[in-house]
Amino acid sequence: MIVEFGAFALVLALVLSVAQSGLSAVGALRRSGALAGAGRGAAVATFAALVCAFAALIHAFVTSDFSVANVAANSHTAKPLLYKVAGAWGSHEGSMLLWCLVLTGYGAAMAVFGERLPPRLRAWAIAVQGALGVLFLAYTVFASNPMTRLPEPPVEGRSLNPLLQDWALAVHPPFLYSGYVGFSVVFSLAIAALIEGRVDAAFARWVRPWTLAAWSLLTVGITLGAFWAYYELGWGGWWFWDPVENASFMPWLIGAALLHSAIVLEKRGALPGWTVFLALAAFGFSMLGAFLVRSGVLTSVHAFAVDPTRGVLLLSIMGIAAGFGFVLFAIRAPSLNAGGLFAPVSRESAIVLNNIILSAATATVLLGTLYPLIREALDGEAVSVGPPFFNLTFTPLLVLALAILPAGPLLAWKRGDARLVVRRLWLALVIAAVLGLVAYAVVTPRKALASLGLVLGFWLIGGALAELAERVKAFRAPWAEVRRRLSGLPRGAWGMTIAHAGLGLFALGASFETAWRVESAQALGVGGKIELGAYVLTLTDVGTLDGPNYLAERGVVRIEKKTGGFVCTAEPERRFFPVGGQTTSEVALCPRGLDDLYVVIGERRAGPAGEPAWLVRAYVNPWVRLIFLGPLIMALGGAVSLSDRRLRLAVGRKAKGAEA
Amino acid sequence: MAAASDPSERLADPGQEARAREIFKQVRCLVCQNESIDDSEADLARDLRVLVRDQVKQGRSDGEIRAFLTERYGEFVLLKPPFSAGNAVLWLTPLAVLLAGGGLMVALLRRRREAQAPPEALSPEEEARLRGLLGKE
Repeated sequence: MIVEFGAFALVLALVLSVAQSGLSAVGALRRSGALAGAGRGAAVATFAALVCAFAALIHAFVTSDFSVANVAANSHTAKPLLYKVAGAWGSHEGSMLLWCLVLTGYGAAMAVFGERLPPRLRAWAIAVQGALGVLFLAYTVFASNPMTRLPEPPVEGRSLNPLLQDWALAVHPPFLYSGYVGFSVVFSLAIAALIEGRVDAAFARWVRPWTLAAWSLLTVGITLGAFWAYYELGWGGWWFWDPVENASFMPWLIGAALLHSAIVLEKRGALPGWTVFLALAAFGFSMLGAFLVRSGVLTSVHAFAVDPTRGVLLLSIMGIAAGFGFVLFAIRAPSLNAGGLFAPVSRESAIVLNNIILSAATATVLLGTLYPLIREALDGEAVSVGPPFFNLTFTPLLVLALAILPAGPLLAWKRGDARLVVRRLWLALVIAAVLGLVAYAVVTPRKALASLGLVLGFWLIGGALAELAERVKAFRAPWAEVRRRLSGLPRGAWGMTIAHAGLGLFALGASFETAWRVESAQALGVGGKIELGAYVLTLTDVGTLDGPNYLAERGVVRIEKKTGGFVCTAEPERRFFPVGGQTTSEVALCPRGLDDLYVVIGERRAGPAGEPAWLVRAYVNPWVRLIFLGPLIMALGGAVSLSDRRLRLAVGRKAKGAEA
Repeated sequence: MAAASDPSERLADPGQEARAREIFKQVRCLVCQNESIDDSEADLARDLRVLVRDQVKQGRSDGEIRAFLTERYGEFVLLKPPFSAGNAVLWLTPLAVLLAGGGLMVALLRRRREAQAPPEALSPEEEARLRGLLGKE
């Protein structure tokens, strides 16, 4: 009964989003406040209907209602509650429903919180958001309905892939979707601005908070995914340049470019065409990602079970939405104002450079991801584009972006002074270089490129601090004034400093971990030892264990320093899931400051004398925590920036020359 | 897990073993979704590792081993496509976008600077209008 109610709510949401789109568009055309208001009401109602539908699906999962095809295929009575709930978005159909929930949620948010937007622009944006809702809801209702019943319900479900039964992956999709579906608002606002023919500083101010929110959530989502891959897949990697990862990374890169170009448009009125283009492209890439992940055109470790007809439908949706956006852009672009002037050395130029590099990086990821398809279509040759390609092409672009980054915020708008920047940054550069040299000299084995990566990381952090010091006149003004300036610093400025420093932390972690991880593997009987860098590991015991929906063998590994001294006990498991017959490795992590000791136990095998032995693999992953901490700090920077009073209060208000 | 670290497969010479591991990272496990043979636990990945380790032991160079694998399994086996006429677009795009963007920026800045030339003197009509406006104040 509840499922039927959910199915009804889903169809109702589709009808309501048609109303949302139609009423808002007519309201905008006729300048009718009443119609636009009805459109806003419909937007809120659409979201409410979807909340009901989603709740119904979760209810079906929690109560293990296997008469629902989606529940039968993805759940099991013995599964822990968290994973029953997470199972609701663990499949293609359920995650499509989550996509729609987020999409309409943003539409409702615009209807409720957007009162400072000009009424017509807001009505247009809500109309476009409603139209997107119609497309995706129609797809969900007719081509991938999660509420479909089975004529003969099975007694037990087929359960969720055990690799996905993990807390990080349970919360990963909600963050990820809140992120890249969040760009739909940016897309809708861009279309509305193009229809109205006004892409100006005010537009930048409306777009920026939504972009910040979406980008920050996407950052958290991607980081959770990387962390999951790090400890769940069992070989310690955290980024594989897999098509599905790339699909989420491209909107992130474009979103980062948009965050910056919108600042230029807001402060200086420059780059209107480019900014609105990025606003359209960000959601375009989100839709491309949905298509790539769900159509099966690319092979990936994480793709959903797929169906080509669904791929065609998703491609059509993307074609309609993005096509409409870019055609409108092409019509309107020539009439856009070129905006403010700036000198070659200026903050505008630095941000343009940042955008060029981010665009080149996005193009690299896009082409690398699609290239196997392109070659196949052109000459039938099957090729692979994997991590070694991206490491060679993407990394240099990233290095270039990081190298110029600290200079940007120190340059003045319009016309900057390069000598002044040098005077303010030389100390940060010297400290970064010295620290890099120390790393080169001290850490064995010697690695020049990784040391250079460390220099970049320290340079970013030092640069962020130098910029902060400059703002508050640290070391130059009396302490009382510095304190006054510190407390008066706008949140936006704090956000930037935090985000840039977070990127520096990531660079440090990524360089250090990739270059200097230590690996060790040995088949051990109980009592056997292996050396791992400065540590000795002893397999002291192996026992069996009954989990809620699995059987496990658990090793007890005692870790000590070579010089003596207990460090920790690691208890890696090898889990067998009888439903589905899959085996997974449960990694044991032993955090040591920023490092991780990472222990995995393999299957039982016969040792040299026929005694039972287990393959124990262990890694020291130095500074690996920074790889995950850095991006979270970047997201925090986004959140702090979002809380800036100026952004909240000035949304839609006339441009006031607030300094930042 | 990084299946290649299994001690039962390892080469005796640590230098050769390290070289083999570097090669593994560039070779695709053909039956897997998207994994290198360094990571994959699949049987085929194991066979390929044995093959590559044998060749390393025989003293073949990295290039020779890659050529051998390509001849046997096609370019698909290499995770880093070789730089060839067919793949030139792939390899050159990052640089091309960077240069195109840079060129566009330079051109724009130059055009703007020309546009920024000092304003010409007002025409007599404009001057009259200006006087009228100022007079009104």
